[in-house]
Formats: sequence, structure tokens, C-alpha cells
Amino acid sequence: MTLLQIDNLSLNILGLEILSDVRFEVDRGDVVGVIGESGSGKSMTALSIMQLLPHGTEVSGSIRLDGEELLTKTEKQMCAVRGADVGMVFQEPMTALNPVKTIGDQVAETVMIHRGASRTEALSIARETLNRVGLPEERFPLSRYPHELSGGQRQRVVIAMAIALRPKLLIADEPTTALDVTTQAQILTLLKRLVDEDGMGLILITHDLAVVADIADRIVIMKSGEVVEAGPAVQLFRAMQHPYSKALMAATSHHPVRNAPKVELDAVPVLEVKSVVREYALPRKSLFAKPGAFRAVNEVSFKIHKGENVGLVGESGCGKSTLTRAILALEGTQAGEIRVGGELVTTKAGASAAARRKMQVVFQDPYGSFNPRHKVRRLVTEPFYLMGRDAPTGSALEARIAEALENVGLQPRDAEKYIHEFSGGQRQRVAIARALITHPSLIVLDEAVSALDVSIRAQILDLLADLSERLDLSYLFISHDLSVVRAITDRVMVMKAGKIVEAGETEAVFSNPQHEYTRQLLAATPDLEAALKRREIASA
Amino acid sequence: MSVGTLPEVKRGLVGAAFQSKSFALGFAVTAVFILAALLSLIWTPYDATALAVSDKLKAPSGLHWFGTDHFGRDIFSMIMVGARTSIAVAFVAVGIGIAAGVPLGLWAAAKQGSLVDEIIMRANDLVFAFPALLIAILITAVFGPSAINAIIAIGIFNIPVFARLARGAALTLWTREYIFAARVAGKGAVRISAEHILPNIMNLLIVQGTIQFSLGILADAALSYVGLGAQPPTPSWGRMLADAQTMISLAPHMALFPGAAIVLTVLGLNLMGDGLRDLFDPKLRRSRS
Repeated sequence: MTLLQIDNLSLNILGLEILSDVRFEVDRGDVVGVIGESGSGKSMTALSIMQLLPHGTEVSGSIRLDGEELLTKTEKQMCAVRGADVGMVFQEPMTALNPVKTIGDQVAETVMIHRGASRTEALSIARETLNRVGLPEERFPLSRYPHELSGGQRQRVVIAMAIALRPKLLIADEPTTALDVTTQAQILTLLKRLVDEDGMGLILITHDLAVVADIADRIVIMKSGEVVEAGPAVQLFRAMQHPYSKALMAATSHHPVRNAPKVELDAVPVLEVKSVVREYALPRKSLFAKPGAFRAVNEVSFKIHKGENVGLVGESGCGKSTLTRAILALEGTQAGEIRVGGELVTTKAGASAAARRKMQVVFQDPYGSFNPRHKVRRLVTEPFYLMGRDAPTGSALEARIAEALENVGLQPRDAEKYIHEFSGGQRQRVAIARALITHPSLIVLDEAVSALDVSIRAQILDLLADLSERLDLSYLFISHDLSVVRAITDRVMVMKAGKIVEAGETEAVFSNPQHEYTRQLLAATPDLEAALKRREIASA
Repeated sequence: MSVGTLPEVKRGLVGAAFQSKSFALGFAVTAVFILAALLSLIWTPYDATALAVSDKLKAPSGLHWFGTDHFGRDIFSMIMVGARTSIAVAFVAVGIGIAAGVPLGLWAAAKQGSLVDEIIMRANDLVFAFPALLIAILITAVFGPSAINAIIAIGIFNIPVFARLARGAALTLWTREYIFAARVAGKGAVRISAEHILPNIMNLLIVQGTIQFSLGILADAALSYVGLGAQPPTPSWGRMLADAQTMISLAPHMALFPGAAIVLTVLGLNLMGDGLRDLFDPKLRRSRS
């Protein structure tokens, strides 16, 4: 008998159809990858299984766990199922734990509620579970608090909470999206191991095909609340039927067509960073001791030439964001020089308007990048403030707005709209238009495509490649996602603990990494094609 | 904020505002008192300061709707004029709090962690630490009791409330990417505060302003009760209550009506504040519909 059987599941919230006719099943010891873009209904499916739906939701169909219907259970009966029979792991390990309780207490809590176990008993189960998820007793006593752990370690605690009672089914909703690639690989391995040890079913919800390629036994692809395709993983990947699945697959490994730029090495570089140091003061150890300093950026030097796209990769905390803020003159530096088009940025008085005009930035979050109270016209023209009296007015201004919007594939009449009228991908286009409007020579793209769905990401990458070629722009492309960096950059720099450990032509670095850390990063990056080959060899 | 956009946003908000029962009720009650105060500028049934000893301590009747006090003054007229005093004191006091507190809070947020921030916020703590009534008594003891001094005393205590609110709300906004974008565009802290931060914390300020307004009315009543607010012969709700105290068994209506006026105004303003808070908080708005 199958462990979980979802049949004809339909769901609407206040009359709006969210899911229609969803059906799939999960066997014991099976990993089912549920894949879809935002709005596909994948998280709602998970919440339906847990019966944690928002108010005003109507559900029909059937969800049977071990033959028992879940949809007809009362809230009280569901409480007994949640945590005991079905465990859940959420995306954001930073907020999934209660910051004022120790990790031991939090894992023990589930045990005490469901088993009615005594505190000592519950704590010993908690200890054992934490050992299982790779948080050994010597280094991680039960008395640790969440803030003492890294993101990956916290996610392990969240997993421990979910599996403490050895549930039959574990639902993991984007469990690795907020984590670095090396941590992601470890968490995926851990989940796979736990499934094998306990024989539970695992539903792994993700937007990233490559993440599930290695461990999923079966794949369910969802779009707009419907299952468009489902089947055994390797077979499904090798012979996709539905046009949407094919498009999704193509978008995942999308490489925009690019021609290598003609770099003039003797010209003034667009960006020159020379032995830059950025330190943060640490709290004083005692009243009279001099406070120490944390070196977030340590003697970093590089150049970007006109028309060149340079990637900067590294995991969170490596100093790449700090370096970006220093380049954009948002923060001071302690030593070294930054020049943009020959103009010094790192002066005492801050960067001049002339220097600032040569660089612009596009941020990660398309929703937080705009003042919600302004129209697009005002949003995109904000950088004109840098031009002071020279800023265009009247018809010249109109022409510049139209030019910037058309450059990013929007209509000039979009200038009269508010930002909430645009989708995430369109907002990122508006962000790029804002960056283009002063005709800068350098655009810093700070994780600019990381928050986008794969199909939108492919479109934005195409747009960026086209713009860089057409307008002779240089990019500093900052990302933790190596496959994206590989697609869009000519050269790449790998940063670790404030230092650039490896730099070179993108293809050369990716195909023949020299530094140990680069190799680790590359090995941890999910690669759909490589994963499928591995599995085909293993099964043959 | 661009002028062309305001009406559209406002229409949506006003429409939604009256969907909320608490806002509609609070607004109605408050509007009655504000209208009464405005009307008292041009018309009251009787002269609120005219003594008529022969008519003293009359119970409410067709002639004197709320009765008369121990000097024969018409209580209805006194409440209308008293509303004017109370609302004026509270309004100006909240105005002082916003005008001084919000810029201070925005300044502190812009210079977060600096000496300026430290000085502003510790000065706020200092004002917070004093009992408001004590300072009001001190001010009036030095400068003499008057409505103006009551306004200043209440106003000073509104400053830290708004400074703290503005700083807290601004701090979360300073980490938004659109603020970074504005900084990349070379805009300074003052410009960013005025252009990007202030419009986005306005809703919080309006809600807090409504609640501080009701507290201002209470504070004014308390000050005039102890004789430190508006001076006789100008009527004020607090002093009417104080006068009624000795007559409570003889003429309970003397205490009843000014007391009811204070309670209703404060209640109305608080309901309005609650309604506005629900309205501006998207999470609450969703759960209500």
C-alpha cells in the first residue's frame, strides 16, 4: 500500500482556484520531488497534507496517509498527526526556531507533546536525534541556543525536530534555498540518508530541478495548481512530454548567446580595486582593552575593463557584499583604493557625483527595490539626481525614460504605472532601467537573478547579455549561484574569508579549478546533467 | 508625493476605513465633538461665562439641556466651549510632538549608532523618565497656570513618543534596497528621509497621532482639574469636574456631563486609532475581510 495518496485534490481560497485535480503518491522510502515556479501550488499542496491552510479555504478530493483520510479529520485529530506521523521542514532556518529556547528543548518539545514522555526521556530522544542529523554531543550540547549555530546547523535542528518521532512522511519545503551551495549539498545528503534509515517518504518541494536530480526517485512537475507531468526521475528527465516541463528544463540550464568582448588592456579600466581593506570594529573584550577588528575584505585587488563581465562568487559571509558596498561608496574603506573610470571613489569626502554616475546597481529583491509610493517615471529617474543641473528636462527627459524602458523590453507608457502593477520579473527589468538611465559604464548586479523563477531568470539573463553587448556595459556580477555566473561572465573571481582565492577566465576556472575551495564549490553545485549521468551509470 | 496620485490612494483608504466598524463609530463620535467645538465659536445656547445666580443648580430641562452649575452657567454651553479648549490643547500638543519628535527620530535613525543617535535617544529616555504631570506642575508653577503652558507641558511629553516611533520605523526602512538605490544615486540622509522614509512611515504616525490626541485630552482634563490648565472664566472640562466634586450629592448632573464628554471623546479617538491601525496593517486587513 502506498504511504500517501493524493487524489483529485482541489482547493480554492475565497473563490480563487489554487489547486485543481492534483494527484500523486508517495511510497515508503521514496523521495518525491515536487517542482514548480512560484504560484504553481506546490507549497499549498504541502499545507493541504498538514491541514495548515489559511482561513476561507475550501478543499475537496482526498489525501490518504497509510489509508487514513486526512481531509475529514478534525483539528484535534490533525494535531496528533502533525509532528508524529508527518514532519515538516521549512525554507528559512533563521525563523523556524524559537530564539529564546535551547535546541534541546525545542526538539524535546515535539516528543513531550506527542508521546507524553517525561522531560528526561524526551531530552534523551532529542540528543539521539541531534546525533543522527550530524550535530554530535561534544560540539553541540542540548543547551545551545539557535543564535550560536550557523544557517546549515540550524536547518539540521529543524530537521531533527521534524524527524524526532520518526514520522512516516517528511515534507521539506525548499529546505536548501536559503543555504549556501556546500551546505545545501550536505543537507540533501542528510535528508537522503534519513529516508534510507527510517524508510519514510519524503516530499521535497523546490523550484530548482538540479536540486532534486540527485536524490529524487520520482518527480512531480506542477504549474498553476495542476500536475503537468509526473514519473520516475531519470526517465522523466530524459524524455519530457509536456511543453512546460521542457521549457522549465531548458530554462534551468539556459546560457545566453554571448560574443567575447574586445578588451583594450591599456585603456583606463572601468573599475579598479587596489588592495582594499574593510574592517569592522568588534565589541570591546574589556573596558580598557582596544576593540579588535574583523577584516571582512582583506587586500582585494582586481580590474574590470570596458565591456567585460566579471563574476564574483563566494558563500555568505565571504565579504562579497561588503566589497560591493565599498565599490558603490556606501561604506568607507580602511586601506586601498577604488577607482571607477579613473575617478577615485575612496576619498574622505565620499565619491563625487561624477564617479557615482559611472556606476549603478541592481539588487536581488525585486519587491524591496522600489519605493511603493512612487510611479515608475520617478523610480527610474532617481539616478538623475547625480547630474544635478545637467539632468535632462522636458522632452529630453521623456526621451531618456522611454529609451531606458525600451532597452529593458518595457513600454514607454509603463512610466505612468506604479510598481505594484508589475510582476517580479518585470520589476527586475524596471530595476535595470533605473541602472541604465544615467548611461553608466559599470553595473553591479548583486544577486540580481537569484530571487527569480527559472524561466524569468533565463529571460533576464538574455536581456543582460544583450544589453552588455549593445551598450558596451561592464558588469560586476555577484552571486552564490555558479551556474548563472558561468552563463553570463567572461572572467570570474572566487572569494573566501575576505580574500580572492582564485581568478581567471570563467571557462578555465570552471573546467580546471586550481584552488581547493573552488573545487569544493563546483563539486557542491547541483548539476542536472552530471547527476543524471551518475544515476544512469549506477542503475546500469 | 506626487499630487496626481493622492486622490486615488485616498479614495481607496477612506472607503476601506468606513468598512471598519470601530473606525466609523470613533469617527462619528469625534466628529460630533469637533463640530460642537467649531460651532461654539459662533453660537452657544447661552453665554458660557455669564453668571445667573438665580438659575443656579438647575436640573437638565428644555431650557437648560444639561442643567446649570452653582453659578447658574449653562452646562451645555460650557461643554461646547470646553471642547474647544480641550481639542485645541490636545491638537497643538500633538503638533508639537510630531513637529519636533519626527525629525529627531529620523535624524537618529539616519545616524544610527552615532553620538547624535545616542544623545537624542538618551534625552528621550530622560523625558520619558519624568512623570508628565509633575513636569506640567513645575512648568505652570514657574510660568503661571494657563492654557498655553498646558499645551507646552503636554507637547514636550509627546516629543519622545514620536521620536521613538519614527526612529524605530525608519531603521527598518534604512535596510531596504530602495534606500540603497537612492544612496547609490548620491542622495543624502536628509533627502532620503524626506522623500523615501517619511511617506512610508506616515501611516504609523497618523495612528499614533490619533492615540496621542486622546491622551492629550485626558492630560488637559487632569491639568485643569488641578487648576493648572485654562484659567477662569474660560470653561474647561477638567475644572467643571473639580467644581462638581463638592456638589455631587446636590447636583450630580454637574459631574455627569463633563465626565461623559471626556470619556466619549477619548473613546472615540481610540476607536478611530484602532480602526486606522487595522487599516494600515495589511495582515489585519486580510483577516478582517
